[in-house]
Amino acid sequence: MKNKGKDRTESRRDFLKNTAILSAGAMAVSGLVSSCGDQPAESGEKVALLTASGELVEVDPSQIKKVRKEKLGELQERGREGLAGHHWVMVIDLSKCKNARKCMAACQGAHELRPYQHHINVLQMQDTPSTAPYYMPKPCYHCDNPPCTKVCPVNATFKRQDGIVLIDNERCIGCRFCVAACPYSARMFQWFEPDYTEEQKNRVYDVELNVPQKRGTITKCLFSADRLRKGQLPYCVSACPNGVYWFGDKLEDAVTNGTSKETRKFSELIKENAGYTYFEDLGTKPQVYYLPPKNRTFDYEPVDKFLKEEQPSTHHESSTH
Amino acid sequence: MSSAPLHSDLSDSTSYEKIREDLIRPLHKNTFGNQVWIRFLIILILLGAFAYGHQLIKGLGVTAMRDYSAWGLYISNFVFWVAVSLIGSLISSILKLLNQNWSTPITRISELIAVGAITMAAASIVIDMGRPDRVLNIPLHGRLQSPIIWDFFIVNTYLVISLILLYLPLIPDIAILRDRMTNAPKWQKKIYELLSIGWQGTQSQWKLLKRAILVMIILILPVAFSIHTVTSWLFAVTPRAGWHSTIFGPYFVSGAFVAGASAVVIAMYVFRKRQNLQAYLTDKHFNKMNLLLILTMLLYAYFNINEYLVAGYTWQRLDGKHLQELFLGHEAPLFWLTQILGLVLPIILLLFRPMRKPLPSMIIAIFVLIGAWIKRFLIVIPVQFNPQFPIQNVPEHFTHYIPTYTEIVVTLATLATAILIITLLVRIFPVVPIWEVAHEKGFHKIFKAEK
Repeated sequence: MKNKGKDRTESRRDFLKNTAILSAGAMAVSGLVSSCGDQPAESGEKVALLTASGELVEVDPSQIKKVRKEKLGELQERGREGLAGHHWVMVIDLSKCKNARKCMAACQGAHELRPYQHHINVLQMQDTPSTAPYYMPKPCYHCDNPPCTKVCPVNATFKRQDGIVLIDNERCIGCRFCVAACPYSARMFQWFEPDYTEEQKNRVYDVELNVPQKRGTITKCLFSADRLRKGQLPYCVSACPNGVYWFGDKLEDAVTNGTSKETRKFSELIKENAGYTYFEDLGTKPQVYYLPPKNRTFDYEPVDKFLKEEQPSTHHESSTH
Repeated sequence: MSSAPLHSDLSDSTSYEKIREDLIRPLHKNTFGNQVWIRFLIILILLGAFAYGHQLIKGLGVTAMRDYSAWGLYISNFVFWVAVSLIGSLISSILKLLNQNWSTPITRISELIAVGAITMAAASIVIDMGRPDRVLNIPLHGRLQSPIIWDFFIVNTYLVISLILLYLPLIPDIAILRDRMTNAPKWQKKIYELLSIGWQGTQSQWKLLKRAILVMIILILPVAFSIHTVTSWLFAVTPRAGWHSTIFGPYFVSGAFVAGASAVVIAMYVFRKRQNLQAYLTDKHFNKMNLLLILTMLLYAYFNINEYLVAGYTWQRLDGKHLQELFLGHEAPLFWLTQILGLVLPIILLLFRPMRKPLPSMIIAIFVLIGAWIKRFLIVIPVQFNPQFPIQNVPEHFTHYIPTYTEIVVTLATLATAILIITLLVRIFPVVPIWEVAHEKGFHKIFKAEK
C-alpha cells in the first residue's frame, strides 16, 4: 500500500484505514474519517502507532478513539453512497491474457474466498471451431442497467453513484434471486460457513471489501471499492503481470494500465481497438469493456476446466490481513 | 348405524337428518388407522425438522444447490405448492360464479387443499432462504421493484383469504356440530363453541353470511391469478433463456389448475373411501371433475406447445442449447416421461368414460400430480446450467444438480405437513359441507326453522 503522491487528507484516510484493520488491539483512530474541519485541538504530544503495512507513524493522542459501535453503520453508509464524481470502468485486453491467473489469486486473497469462488474468473474461450482459443477474464460487469439489483427484495445489493454494484451482506437474506437474474454468472453464494477464527469472524464488516464473508449471503466482484477509495487500482488490475487490465474513470475518459501504469484516453483505446461489451442485446450496459484477442503471439495452453472436488471444510491460504 | 348406499346419488326421499348424520358420522370415530396415519405424518415432519436443523447449522451447503444451480428443489416445491393452492379459487370461486352447482360437495376439499398448500408454499420460501433469521428484512427494507416483495404480500394475502373462504361456509356447519356433537371431547366442543361465533341461523345471519361468501369468492379471483402470475415472474423477469418468456404467467396459471384439479381428484377418492361418502362424492362428481381436469390439461398443453415450439422454431443460441438439453440431452428422459405420462396420456385416457370412474381416475390423477411436480423441477433447474458464459474453474459437480437427502427429507416433511393440516381439519370438521349439500337438495326451510 503506497501512499506516495497523495495529498495530506488522502494519506490520513489511508492511515486511518490501516489502523482500523490493525484494530486487533481494539484501539484505532476513527475520528479522522470525518473531514479535517472538525478535528479537536492538537496537544503537541505524539503517540507512535504501527500501521498494517508496517509503517511507524505518530499521531496526536487527542485523535485516538476507541472503535465505536457505529463503525459498521458508517462503513455501510459510505459504501452505499460511493465516490462522488466518478464512473469507474474497466477495459480487458484479451490479446494480452496468458492465463497467469494472478488476478484470480489476488482477488481471492483480498476477499477471502474459497478456491472455487471467483469474483474474477479466467475462462478458456473459443468463439468458433475455426478461430483460435483465448483466455478471458470475467469480473462483474457492474452494469448500468443491472438485472441483479432490480430483483433484490431488501436492497441488499445496490448500484452506487460511481457505478459500482455492491452487496451488503449484513442486509442480504440469501434468497439468491440476484444469482438467478445475473446473465453473466458474476454472483456467488456462501453455501458454507467461511473458515474463520472467532477473531476473524468478529471483524467489523466492510461493505466495500465484503469481508468478513458471511454464510448464507451473496458475494461478488466489487471493483475493489476499498482500493478505489484510497486512490489505488483494484486488486486484480494491480496483480496482472501481462498488461491485460486498464482501469479508470469514464467521466475523466482516462484509464490506467495496471501493469505498465500507462494512462490513456478511454474512448480512444476502445475506438482504436474495436472494444466491445458482452451481450449488448440484453440491455444491461456493462461497464467492463473488452479488446478483441487479436495478434496473439504466445501459445494457448489449455488447462483443466474444472477444479478437483470442493472441500468445504478447508479454507485456502487465506487473507492478506 | 346404517351405511350409506353405494355408488348411487342421494335419492329424493333422503331426509335432511340423514344427510347431516352421514356427514357428521366420520367425526365421531377416531379410527386406529387414522391414529397411525397421523403418527406417521408426525414422524415424517420430525425427520424433516431434524434435516432442516442440520441445514440451519451447516448452511445451505448441505443441499446440492451451488452457484450454477442457486435455486433447486425448494424453489420447485414452492412453485408446486402455489400451483396446487390455486384449485381452491377455481372450484370455490370460478365454478360457483358460473353456477356449476355440481361442485358443491367438493368445495371444502378444494379449500382444505388450498390452505394446506399455500401454507407450505410460504414455508418452502423460508426453508430456501440463506438467512431465515433476517426474514423481517422483507417488510423492513422491502423494495417494491422486487417480484419477491410482490410474492411475499400476495402469498400472505392469499393465505388469509383462503382461510376466510374455508371458514365462512363452515360457520353454519360448526353450529350444527356444536349442537349435535354433544359427546365430543371438551376441547373439541370448545372449538365448535368458539368458531360458530354465536350462529343461530337467523335470516339476517344467513343474509350476511351469503353476502360475505360472495364478496370473498370474487375477491379471491384476482389474488389467485396474481399469486401464480407473480410466481412465474420470479423467473420471467430474469434475462435467462428458458425463463424470459412473455407467456409464463398464463402458462403457470393453467399448469396450476392441472396440479390442483388432480390433487382434488385424489383427495375426493381418499375421503370417499375413508368416510363412506359414496352417496355424496358420486361417480357423477368424479366424471365432472375429470372433465374439468381434461379441460385444464388441454389448456396447459396449449401453453406448453406455445412455450416450446416458438422457442424451438427459432432455436436461438441459448434457447437452442436449453431445448437441446430438455429434448435430447440429460433432462430428456425426465422431460418426455413427464410430458407423456403426466399430460398427454392422461388427456387421452380420461377421454374414455370408464377412466373417469373413481379408482382409475385417482390413479391417473397421481400421475398427473407427480408430473406437475417434476415439471416445476424441469422449469426451475436446467435453465440455470445454461448461462451466457461457460461454467469453468469450479468443481465438476457444480454443473449438475441431484437433490441431497436433506432436501428430499425436508421436501417430504412439507408434503406431510400439508397432508397433516388437512387430516387434522377433517378430524373435527365435515369434509363435505352439510348445509350447502342440504340446500342443494331443497332443505332450505329446515335451516330457517332451526333456531
